[in-house]
Amino acid sequence: MIHSLFLINASGDIFLEKHWKSVVSRSVCDYFFEAQERATEPENVPPVIPTPHHYLISVLRHRIYFVAVIQSEVPPLFVIEFLHRVVDTFQDYFGVCTEAAIKDNVVVVYELLEEMLDNGFPLATESNILKELIKPPTILRTMVNTITGSTNVGEQLPTGQLSVVPWRRTGVKYTNNEAYFDVVEEIDAIIDKSGSTITAEIQGVIDACVKLTGMPDLTLSFMNPRLLDDVSFHPCVRFKRWEAERILSFIPPDGNFRLLSYHVSSQNLVAIPVYIKHNITFREGSSQGRFDLTLGPKQTMGKAVESVLVSSQLPRGVLNANLNPSQGTYTFDPVTKMLSWDVGKINPQKLPSLKGTMSLQAGASKPDENPTINIQLKIQQMAISGLKVNRLDMYGEKYKPFKGIKYMTKAGKFQVRT
Amino acid sequence: KGTNFQCFSSLRHDDLKEMLDSNKDSLKLEAMKRIVAMIARGKNTSDLFPAVVKNVACKNIEVKKLVYVYLVRYAEEQQDLALLSISTFQRGLKDPNQLIRASALRVLSSIRVTIIVPIMMLAIKEAASDMSPYVRKTAAHAIPKLYSLDPEQKDQLIEVIEKLLADKTTLVAGSVVMAFEEVCPERIDLIHKNYRKLCNLLIDVEEWGQVVIINMLTRYARTQFLNPNMNEEEEEKDKKPYVMDPDHRLLLRNTKPLLQSRNAAVVMAVAQLYFHLAPKAEVGVIAKALVRLLRSHSEVQYVVLQNVATMSIKRRGMFEPYLKSFYIRSTDPTQIKVLKLEVLTNLANETNISTILREFQTYIKSMDKDFVAATIQAIGRCATNIGEVRDTCLNGLVQLLSNRDELVVAESVVVIKKLLQMQPEKHSDIIKHMAKLTDNIQVPMARASILWLIGEYCEHVPKIAPDVLRKMAKSFTNEEDIVKLQIINLAAKLYLTNSKQTKLLTQYVLNLAKYDQNYDIRDRARFIRQLIVPTEKSGALSKYAKKLFLALKPAPVLESPFKDRDHFQLGSLSHLLNAKAGGYQELPDWPEAAPDPSVRNVEVKDSVQSVPSVIINFLNFAFFSSEQSSEEEERKHERKSKQRKSESESESDEEEDSESESSQTESEDSESEAEVKKKKKVLKKTHFKHSNMNICMYSCQCSFISFQAAESKPPSKPVKKDNKKEKKEMSLLDLDDCKFSHANMYRPFLHLLLCLQTISPSSALKSYEMLHRITGEGLSVEYCFSRQPFSPDANMVAVQMQFTNNATSDTKNLHMEDVKLQSGMRVKEFPEIELLPAGEMVTAVMGIDFCDSTQAANFQLCTHTRKFFVSIQPPVGELMRPVFLTENEFKKEQGQLMGMNEITEKITLDVKCRNEHSIVQRVITAANLSRVPCGSDKECRFAGRTVTSSSLVLVTVATKEEGAAKLTINCEKMVIGTMLVKDILLALTQ
Repeated sequence: MIHSLFLINASGDIFLEKHWKSVVSRSVCDYFFEAQERATEPENVPPVIPTPHHYLISVLRHRIYFVAVIQSEVPPLFVIEFLHRVVDTFQDYFGVCTEAAIKDNVVVVYELLEEMLDNGFPLATESNILKELIKPPTILRTMVNTITGSTNVGEQLPTGQLSVVPWRRTGVKYTNNEAYFDVVEEIDAIIDKSGSTITAEIQGVIDACVKLTGMPDLTLSFMNPRLLDDVSFHPCVRFKRWEAERILSFIPPDGNFRLLSYHVSSQNLVAIPVYIKHNITFREGSSQGRFDLTLGPKQTMGKAVESVLVSSQLPRGVLNANLNPSQGTYTFDPVTKMLSWDVGKINPQKLPSLKGTMSLQAGASKPDENPTINIQLKIQQMAISGLKVNRLDMYGEKYKPFKGIKYMTKAGKFQVRT
Repeated sequence: KGTNFQCFSSLRHDDLKEMLDSNKDSLKLEAMKRIVAMIARGKNTSDLFPAVVKNVACKNIEVKKLVYVYLVRYAEEQQDLALLSISTFQRGLKDPNQLIRASALRVLSSIRVTIIVPIMMLAIKEAASDMSPYVRKTAAHAIPKLYSLDPEQKDQLIEVIEKLLADKTTLVAGSVVMAFEEVCPERIDLIHKNYRKLCNLLIDVEEWGQVVIINMLTRYARTQFLNPNMNEEEEEKDKKPYVMDPDHRLLLRNTKPLLQSRNAAVVMAVAQLYFHLAPKAEVGVIAKALVRLLRSHSEVQYVVLQNVATMSIKRRGMFEPYLKSFYIRSTDPTQIKVLKLEVLTNLANETNISTILREFQTYIKSMDKDFVAATIQAIGRCATNIGEVRDTCLNGLVQLLSNRDELVVAESVVVIKKLLQMQPEKHSDIIKHMAKLTDNIQVPMARASILWLIGEYCEHVPKIAPDVLRKMAKSFTNEEDIVKLQIINLAAKLYLTNSKQTKLLTQYVLNLAKYDQNYDIRDRARFIRQLIVPTEKSGALSKYAKKLFLALKPAPVLESPFKDRDHFQLGSLSHLLNAKAGGYQELPDWPEAAPDPSVRNVEVKDSVQSVPSVIINFLNFAFFSSEQSSEEEERKHERKSKQRKSESESESDEEEDSESESSQTESEDSESEAEVKKKKKVLKKTHFKHSNMNICMYSCQCSFISFQAAESKPPSKPVKKDNKKEKKEMSLLDLDDCKFSHANMYRPFLHLLLCLQTISPSSALKSYEMLHRITGEGLSVEYCFSRQPFSPDANMVAVQMQFTNNATSDTKNLHMEDVKLQSGMRVKEFPEIELLPAGEMVTAVMGIDFCDSTQAANFQLCTHTRKFFVSIQPPVGELMRPVFLTENEFKKEQGQLMGMNEITEKITLDVKCRNEHSIVQRVITAANLSRVPCGSDKECRFAGRTVTSSSLVLVTVATKEEGAAKLTINCEKMVIGTMLVKDILLALTQ
């Protein structure tokens, strides 16, 4: 399936190559570079590029292109999903997935890639199995290894691959047993010029951090499971139980993992937590444009709206912006024309606003496009859909774990058209 | 440090060689790490081969692994030296540790050296029959490696594939199907026998294997089943109605839950399976899952949108509810925007077009000009497809002609041109309007296009056209080249149609062009002059000038680039590229007539089919001593049961499915099931297969015999290991204490058989989990309420437990300890089980006096090594035993239990539970009661007594029209009554 993998950085250097079958010359990447040149933006490089003898399937993460070389028919998503899994694993191991981190840990990277694919077909992609095979580098371990000459490679051969619960390590032990769940919801919305909602939906995830000894069997139930319209599970979740009782029953992997992603049924009206009053105008013949933006909370159920960040791509004709924020700071990059305003917390008594003028190229006619405004925000201790966890029970182990559930709402792809 | 490598390479390498030759593992490791880092950067380190390969047997595991990495990378270049390492791996293949065997095979098969092909072949064959499923998985992985090294081995490899396909473990399934796809995808016949197994294992296979299996099964199904949509496509009345093959249904049913997978590739695989195989009405389920994937990384979006674009042409209705999910955000990458636009265009119809056009209007203002151009094209396509909006679209596009962006104007003109070409006569006013625009529009491309339009349709605008030419002639020298060319073009066309008015103008334009700076324009002018102006020299062509210039040009077709792309299997690389990729397997057309479905029947020699002989032996054993007169009956019965068997055999597989579905999350269950089959433990098997009527009858007979045995022998005999369900069924018929002679016994037995055919098997006893296999470290315990009188103490409820040892070691001294009970409750412990060998199963019975309450009995279950906290909680329905009452007795007793003791509830019966038979069955399943005869067919009555206090429990279900019913319970103990109402209500309404 996957023949070779090349990692290419932003400046077009191939800084790592790995082959699972016969070696493919790195000149195959020239086709990729050609496509890269043709694409105006880095994210516009086509994920699949045919070449005379191979196909290149690539993903772009953390400004690194992961280019897989394929020789024959294979579902493209199979490769794409796998490449993303590779990136996730690197991130898991090194904390970040940057060129520097990969270069510093090149041997671990190589060992990981060796275990993840056999003859180009995925072999071990579960992070728990990989961690048994190859221990993630830590500062302490690196030091110990340099002194004693011991290794990162697990002494024991892992048994996880043989287990019926391949996602969980055996023999997990903790002194503090804890299980934390974060319910994070994101609002995706498009708001039109007049402030009415064109489309809005809620996507949520439950991320877990479970550090429990032994083989705990957890069940998580919701007060209002009917809210969940479309769900996708970590493989540990027993699908039948969910179908029958709307209960999440699972033996958790050890550590951090995404238990569930869901979509809230679109029949429910989505509460939009903020509103924007905007007035962005350009006049014909004038080299000045007006910019006026006011934010206000709306349908927040009494919770504070925090970490608000407003950004907008202004038209190319704008040379500079001279604005006055009532709170927070703003920056305008005259090269990319990106305006971003770090608002912080919205105080309902004193609504934040950003007002001022934009200077345009003298003599140029008025831009005919209107910028869209992207908003990021956070609301703590609330899931905007109203989803509530009812209870979490543990079976199979005797100790009492510490349990915690946190809710948070964020803006996902939240756009206001002007 | 890396940058200096090249210049000092030889020197450095000597250094490395020294380190590799040293005795210290730490030095070796350091050297190997540096070598691997060089390999990763693409540096050549092949000169180190001899020094590295020496360390292949190094004790240090990391050194060893890095040596493997090196070896696999360079073995192909240094074949002879690579052979030195082979013996190490051959030794590894014999290691007692399965993981070492597997890793030896993995590296051995990755060394691409032709000379070791026979060794690899041998190793693969051996590994394919290894005890460990992990080694077998590695063998499956090795097959494609060997095949690519030496395709001559194909036949032998197919044998191995065939063998591994029959493997029943989930670990192997994905890998062997992958090997099948690479080596012999055409051998669809190998799949037949494994088809059902693959369908059933699918949910437990690891995610990458799932993708491969689903894609392969899609192709398989296309060759074996009939098109579920054939009736709608061709309306032939004489065709017999379509009936879906149960195997086809099985595939659809078992893949559906995988739409919930977190892996986008799995979701896509299921989606394409449904698109290609499901009846039209069922395809819709995939839309939601695909839309969900649009939240993922942009590369995933890209692939999914391509597939959605293809699907939305064929099955537009499916995505219509999700229209808004395809709305475009300014932050989407352009390639995603364009694909979303494609989908939106495909989804446009009369009802939603106004919404879509409003969306398009905002897109046109985008800063991303490529995207705006694509939007204009999309508008053009909407206009061609939906007649109602054509004029609106045209007007909108005409306005765009004044856009400042050249690209936008050019694209609009091109699209308008296409739209006008469809029906030019209707739109002469637009042509006129565009003619006026020539005064304002400066974009050369647009001017050129307008001029072309006027020239092409000059007959529709006979008055304006010459005037435009006049203006153009005036400004000719100042125009851009493309515009000049079109002016010449216009002049020529007008000269041919309206030479009176334009002759001079044309001459003038051609003269201007003759002295133009651009030679293209000069050439064109000369060419046209020769062609249209008749002179004595002009050739034969000028006669045809009009035909040449004003030939009817076909209107360009505006259709989706994704049209008909679904002849490629969706989700495939070939579909994405719209070109056949190497190794692509065509998706076959549906067959005209379904091939024989029996090819998928699996011979289950060692399970079901062996049942009759076992049973008959039992029967013989039981009846030989009895009167000979029963022999005839016996034979009759035998025949009957055989007949039943053959009838139900065809269903048995399906039942197996439903059963294995229930154990999906615990793959070990299905494994143990397979074991059970092998061991011919029919009785055990029936415990799992409640629904398998046929076997259930056989074991009925067995339990009958065992019962007899139990009369005379202590109950710990192995035959007592039987299923409780049958016993209960007997008890339903009041056969539990049969102390007749053999012959007498036989008669009710036949009766029982007949009854069993009418009572649906779902009246089976429900078993509950006491100890899960994982928690119990291999020991799993299930319990059920056997509904038998507990002989040591009549006030106790009998609880039958089934212990299964899934571990690899024996469990000893199973007993209970530390019983914690609520006051008044008592427990009679089960006798200690001294030994439970690995893989075995044993049952035991204990008695609990629950004091007529549903409080749990907690205790510890102890083995020789561990203690487990377990508890047993009875449903209220198990706290009673059936009593026999006549109709009059019932009425009399009921009369005494009125007022506070009577609870009535109005209910609506479940649709499937509207007949007397199913009501009886459901009530009896919910509570241990017996049926009371009743004169009216509108009423069902049941009676029982609580086990501890012998209080009467009377249940009446009176049915009315349309599923309405009244449930009455009379019971002295109000708590029991209230709880029972709830349980029975639930049983009848769900």
